[in-house]
Amino acid sequence: MDYVVLGAGPAGVIAAETLRRMDRGGRVTLVGDEPEAPYSRMAIPYLLAETVEEEGTHLRHGAGHYDARQIELRQDRAAGIDVADARVRLEGGESLAYDKLLIATGSRPTRPPIPGMDLPGIESCWTLEDARRIIAGTREGARVVLMGAGFIGCIVLEALARRKVELTVVEMAPRMLARMMDDVGGDMIERWCEARGVAVKTGTRVEAIERNDDVLTLKLGEAGELEADLVVCATGVQPNLELLEGSGVETEFGILVDARLATNVENIHAAGDVAQGPDFSTGARAVHAIQPTASEHGRIAALNMAGRETAYRGSLSMNVLNTLGLISSSFGLWEGAEGGERAVAADREGFKYLRLEFRDDVLVGALALGLTQHVGVIRGLVQTGVRLGAWKDRLLRDPHQVMHAYLERARSRP
Amino acid sequence: MLKSLLIDPEKCTSCLQCEMACSFEHEGAFNPAKSRIKVFEFEHGRRAIPYTCTQCAEAWCLHACPVEALSRNTETGAVELDEAICVGCKVCTIACPFGTINYNADSGKVAKCDLCGGDPQCAEACPTGAITYVDANWTGLERMKQWAVKTDSQAPNQSPGA
Ligand SMILES: Cc1cc2nc3c(=O)[nH]c(=O)nc-3n(C[C@H](O)[C@H](O)[C@H](O)COP(=O)(O)OP(=O)(O)OC[C@H]3O[C@@H](n4cnc5c(N)ncnc54)[C@H](O)[C@@H]3O)c2cc1C
Ligand code: SF4
Repeated sequence: MDYVVLGAGPAGVIAAETLRRMDRGGRVTLVGDEPEAPYSRMAIPYLLAETVEEEGTHLRHGAGHYDARQIELRQDRAAGIDVADARVRLEGGESLAYDKLLIATGSRPTRPPIPGMDLPGIESCWTLEDARRIIAGTREGARVVLMGAGFIGCIVLEALARRKVELTVVEMAPRMLARMMDDVGGDMIERWCEARGVAVKTGTRVEAIERNDDVLTLKLGEAGELEADLVVCATGVQPNLELLEGSGVETEFGILVDARLATNVENIHAAGDVAQGPDFSTGARAVHAIQPTASEHGRIAALNMAGRETAYRGSLSMNVLNTLGLISSSFGLWEGAEGGERAVAADREGFKYLRLEFRDDVLVGALALGLTQHVGVIRGLVQTGVRLGAWKDRLLRDPHQVMHAYLERARSRP
Repeated sequence: MLKSLLIDPEKCTSCLQCEMACSFEHEGAFNPAKSRIKVFEFEHGRRAIPYTCTQCAEAWCLHACPVEALSRNTETGAVELDEAICVGCKVCTIACPFGTINYNADSGKVAKCDLCGGDPQCAEACPTGAITYVDANWTGLERMKQWAVKTDSQAPNQSPGA
């Protein structure tokens, strides 16, 4: 059996390893286009913060990890797929035959369509190569403007702040983390950042960027102008779909896959940031561009490719974030379910917040600020759909009892 | 022979000797706030439940980690953290549906039960036998762990193949 995996990020690497475990005799080829050992993008902020060296971002350690598993790692870029011949065309000129193909090509950053976005000194923060340029461009005290305060933007914010730069964040939406936090939480994070010397301009649009003598000027319309030595753009991402042209593989925002992570084309699967798969909370198909989804997708796609039928119950949208020491997390339907109920405990001055969302007596989503201990049980409660019974009313009165509710309701007794 | 922690909440008197022993073993100081086993006390009904990682087969934390900082100790069966590799991203803390791997702001890394390398100090310290370290084949243990199966991200009756 010839297995070909395109993309050597977390989804691709975990899939290749799982394929090897499931099929000792098969051929596993892992194709990645970056000139690096397979690494995790989400470790990049810690490279910027100088917590780790470049090796510290690598997905696997130990020399010969891939050789030892007879995973053939190739640096090349897939240009297209010939479905009729079951072959992948590589930009290097060769082509690879496959019996089973996994597309795990991830996503890439996008930039807003405004004048000047391609000037030198404007970087994305997506690859190790980007990180090297950001490190080179951010000496202590450099003026840095971060565009975008979504989830990735806020992670990058933390990393840049640790580089001791003079940091300003510009966000078009009326609050930070518009898709991961509600007004209450977003406001707390914003005040927290401001109090720690990061200027935050929400509800502000960058209209154009100009460059004179190494200085970038951001035009903010009515909000005036900002000067910067470096601009980091974190305004959004989109899945890498180009190689699918002419393949007949169905896409929407990402590659549409079913509960087996299979596409509509036989023998082609997709996983990770590039895949639009079942959403645990809604049953619809969504792109959840997060590490846990990449890892689950990679494993389950590989099990199915190797002939072990395995259905996925869907990915749970969830994030955890550290913003200058304030830790926040979000799970599932944190905006609430129709006809559901909500429990809220907010301490605005103490920067503590917990919001739980129920459908009947089942927890379906949550937001938390300042909560670090046992936070995983929120996932446990959401994912098992355990009925909370009388505990729901207790939680409506005091959401901080969530761990107790979990212990009483979710754990089976010996 | 693999062994596991068996917890019998009925025997727990909430004396917190386990938390003291755990924090001393791992942090070098008696500091229950830093313990990897935690005793939860209840107002309603049941009195107290000591709670920690069951070293579950699914190992959600291990699979979610972006940099392979967590690995299975094949001798003890424990999932152990390599602090030198951990970047402190906390993804494991939301991935673990049991809430038993937690962020420690002082170290900037996470912490979890490692069975003290095969000599768990909580079990040693527990004066009532509420925490014991037993043969992993013991059947009562399987029942205690059953809930782990329900949290699987796959459809029921599918093993993770990990
Ligand atoms: C700065 C940053 C911080 C993040 N922080 C978090 C976090 O805290 N928590 C979290 O859950 N997630 C986080 N993420 C998101 C997480 O990194 C992604 O969800 C994850 O990397 C997705 O894995 P993947 O394997 O699907 O894709 P990727 O990691 O993007 O890997 C895909 C690989 O395929 C390659 N490729 C693309 N096209 C081709 C082609 N045609 N041929 C060959 N190779 C190709 C790409 O170059 C890439 O190397 C962060 C991301 C970034 C950038
Ligand atoms: S916090 Fe450490 S152990 Fe947990 S996922 Fe991140 S790097 Fe891995």
